[in-house]
Amino acid sequence: MHILRPLFVVLAIAAIILIARSIWIPSDFGIHERGYTYGWYRQSNIEEWKNFTVKYQGREFCVTCHAEQVQKLTSSKHKNIECENCHGPALSHPADPLKLVLDRNRELCLRCHTNLFYPNSQRSQIKGINPDQHNPGLECVLCHNPHEASKPR
Amino acid sequence: MVLESLWTVKEFFVYPNEYIYWAIQIVMYPFMTGLVAGAFVLSSLYHLFGIKPLKEIARFALVFSFALLMVAPLPLLLHLAQPQRSLYVGLTPHFTSAIAAFGVVLFVYGSVVAAELWFLFRKHLVEVSIELKSKTNKSLAEKIKYMVHTILTLGAMDVSDASLKLDAKAIKVLAGVGVPIACFLHGYAGFIFGSVKANALWMTPLMPVIFIMSAIVSGVALCMLIYIIIMGMKKFIVSRKNDSAALSTLKEINSEEISTVQTSVKYLIFFMIFSISLELLDLVFRGYTAVKSWDILRNVIYGTDFINIFLLQYLMGNLVPFILLLLPGLKIRRLIPALLLVLFGVFMMRWNVVIGGQSFSLTFSGYMDYQLPIIPHGLETFKEGLGGALLIAVLPFILFWILNKIFPVLQTKGPD
Amino acid sequence: MNRRDFIKLTIKGTAAVMLVNGLDIIFQPPDVHARTSPRRFVFLVDIYKCIGCGFCVKACKLENEIPFDAGVSRTWVERYVVNGEGEVFADTPKEARYGFTTGRIDLGRGKFKDIPQEKTKKAFFVPKLCNQCEKPSCVQVCPVGATYQNADGVVLIDRKWCIGCGYCIMACPYGMRFFHPVHRVADKCNFCYHRINQGLRPACVQACPTGARLIGNIKDPGDPVEKIIRTQQVAVHKPEYGTNPQVYYVGLGEEVR
Repeated sequence: MHILRPLFVVLAIAAIILIARSIWIPSDFGIHERGYTYGWYRQSNIEEWKNFTVKYQGREFCVTCHAEQVQKLTSSKHKNIECENCHGPALSHPADPLKLVLDRNRELCLRCHTNLFYPNSQRSQIKGINPDQHNPGLECVLCHNPHEASKPR
Repeated sequence: MVLESLWTVKEFFVYPNEYIYWAIQIVMYPFMTGLVAGAFVLSSLYHLFGIKPLKEIARFALVFSFALLMVAPLPLLLHLAQPQRSLYVGLTPHFTSAIAAFGVVLFVYGSVVAAELWFLFRKHLVEVSIELKSKTNKSLAEKIKYMVHTILTLGAMDVSDASLKLDAKAIKVLAGVGVPIACFLHGYAGFIFGSVKANALWMTPLMPVIFIMSAIVSGVALCMLIYIIIMGMKKFIVSRKNDSAALSTLKEINSEEISTVQTSVKYLIFFMIFSISLELLDLVFRGYTAVKSWDILRNVIYGTDFINIFLLQYLMGNLVPFILLLLPGLKIRRLIPALLLVLFGVFMMRWNVVIGGQSFSLTFSGYMDYQLPIIPHGLETFKEGLGGALLIAVLPFILFWILNKIFPVLQTKGPD
Repeated sequence: MNRRDFIKLTIKGTAAVMLVNGLDIIFQPPDVHARTSPRRFVFLVDIYKCIGCGFCVKACKLENEIPFDAGVSRTWVERYVVNGEGEVFADTPKEARYGFTTGRIDLGRGKFKDIPQEKTKKAFFVPKLCNQCEKPSCVQVCPVGATYQNADGVVLIDRKWCIGCGYCIMACPYGMRFFHPVHRVADKCNFCYHRINQGLRPACVQACPTGARLIGNIKDPGDPVEKIIRTQQVAVHKPEYGTNPQVYYVGLGEEVR
């Protein structure tokens, strides 16, 4: 029957697609813990994410060499500030990078010390300045030592 | 800056990652699939229900639907950030996603249209193949033509009356099967939007139905428009002969054209009424129930998008052509602007859904303005700009011209 | 059977097996898999404690290699200021990657709004990050299985499998997702999965000077975060979307979007 010929062509194409699919699909692709709706994925991708590089090492890492500076900081009002917040991520310092770039920018201090009287936020309890009136244009570190936050230099 | 910031302008409170991620190509996508579905439904009106005055436009609409069908996935491909991975949708489909079945639906629908075309033109394919086979010393072009036509016959060379009758039956079956699939293909595009629960403008169960109705409107309008242009060209060619025989042919063409057009217009108006009613129902319902999102939706619909929705879509794209079509004494000259406006109206409807749905923030207290990239600065701004949209709009016509070489729908007349 | 027949049969057999393999999705069982992981990561944010310094945003961007000034971020901090008439003004200038160093509200398109101190009746900061929803709508709509929830409850994105359609970006009610400016695939916060997996805290949690951001394991009865979530009044963002978000907030008000 000639009228079935288009159907055969369609079926042949569908078969080719399915065969190609079975070859091409990664072997670790499948349904995992969360079922087909939320857990249909390539298993090895989880390993790929686990191997993503860690950049921020934390104060516990810094203290191994810079114990004195960390000691100073932790006895000041800035004791809750992580070293890397201002010094940048350690990565595998001192191998790479050899030196960390310190952000001396006024804007860095203003993140917390711009006066914002927000009644429902702890921000209102931080000592602050009006950046337009308090020595505009000057770096804060000229007068204030961030490691000994309470007293001026 | 991210690519999307090139065409997104934010105002008031918008989440930082919000941009207009679905831009002009996603406007083109439902517009093109809508034309596919509409053209097919028009052709089925004749093939399935035997509405005689639609005979010529129906044959042509089927071929055009196939040309449009081949272009329909292209806007999606141009939109993808990783187009080289597009086949992964077939490789590891995740059917809880409304997009995952797109390939399957398109393949099934494409098969139906292709099969219907094959039955419609099998006799022609066989005739060409036999004629060229007997010809000695063929030129290269003829050799290619012979090969293409012979392969396309799929070896079914029997063109006896009995087998042609079987073909006609098959066409009827396929036309019948095709209508629900065509509606599904496009209703499905509506579902892709309608099922996004995070988007207050898109999420409505009416979306698929609204999409189907406006799809049929646009498909019928485009086919009528091209039909009129083709008939105009025929008339022009005949009138240059300037003899009495030409005069009678001209009259014949005219009367055929009028009867076809008048019948098509009836269907066009019918589907337009349906489409507009549904859209207005959606609008009224949203305003009346006025849930949390209505405040921002009202600002978008009656404020920032007022021109796009009420002036361009409803007034220019619906009301004006509606009046032009309904005025007594239908003239071809009046029909052309009316049809162009109908097409424009459906395009604006797609625009207002896709872009309008992203013109307000998930915060419900901010807006995003879309600025279509007109002059491309690179591949990305071409793809997601005016150039890419025009490319998609022009391609079906080029494909139709090529398809017409194999399925000569314009030169031949179908059997009654 | 001669050799030719044997080869033919082998080819046919292999093709048949591959064909059935290709149809595997139809034969896959439905979602009946049991949870076996002893971990389910959750997050706790204390809105009062947040001072809007933006160190979390900075740390997140550098830790997760999101171009710093690209205009997208895995986490951000919002500011809400309510005046005496009950009008709510909110902004998140540059995702707060430089913190909040001015009292003016950024209205977009280069416009700003000053709300004087005496008119400020209510004001606070709200850090935002991916909610790692229990029913993530972003995962549901991914057509290729490039984003998924792993056994620990973290929603991850497969950068080698994402086709970049953007449907997940559309489906997230929280606006968490974006296209990575370099990789051009969907991206979002994953609680720093590479860190929490080896017992480190997420970069934002570590960088937070006030303890406004905490991570915990809700399956561990001794976990301090688990204790707060189980014993105090906490709330989540937009529960009406049915996504069951797993970032809990202390002090979440109705004006927060």
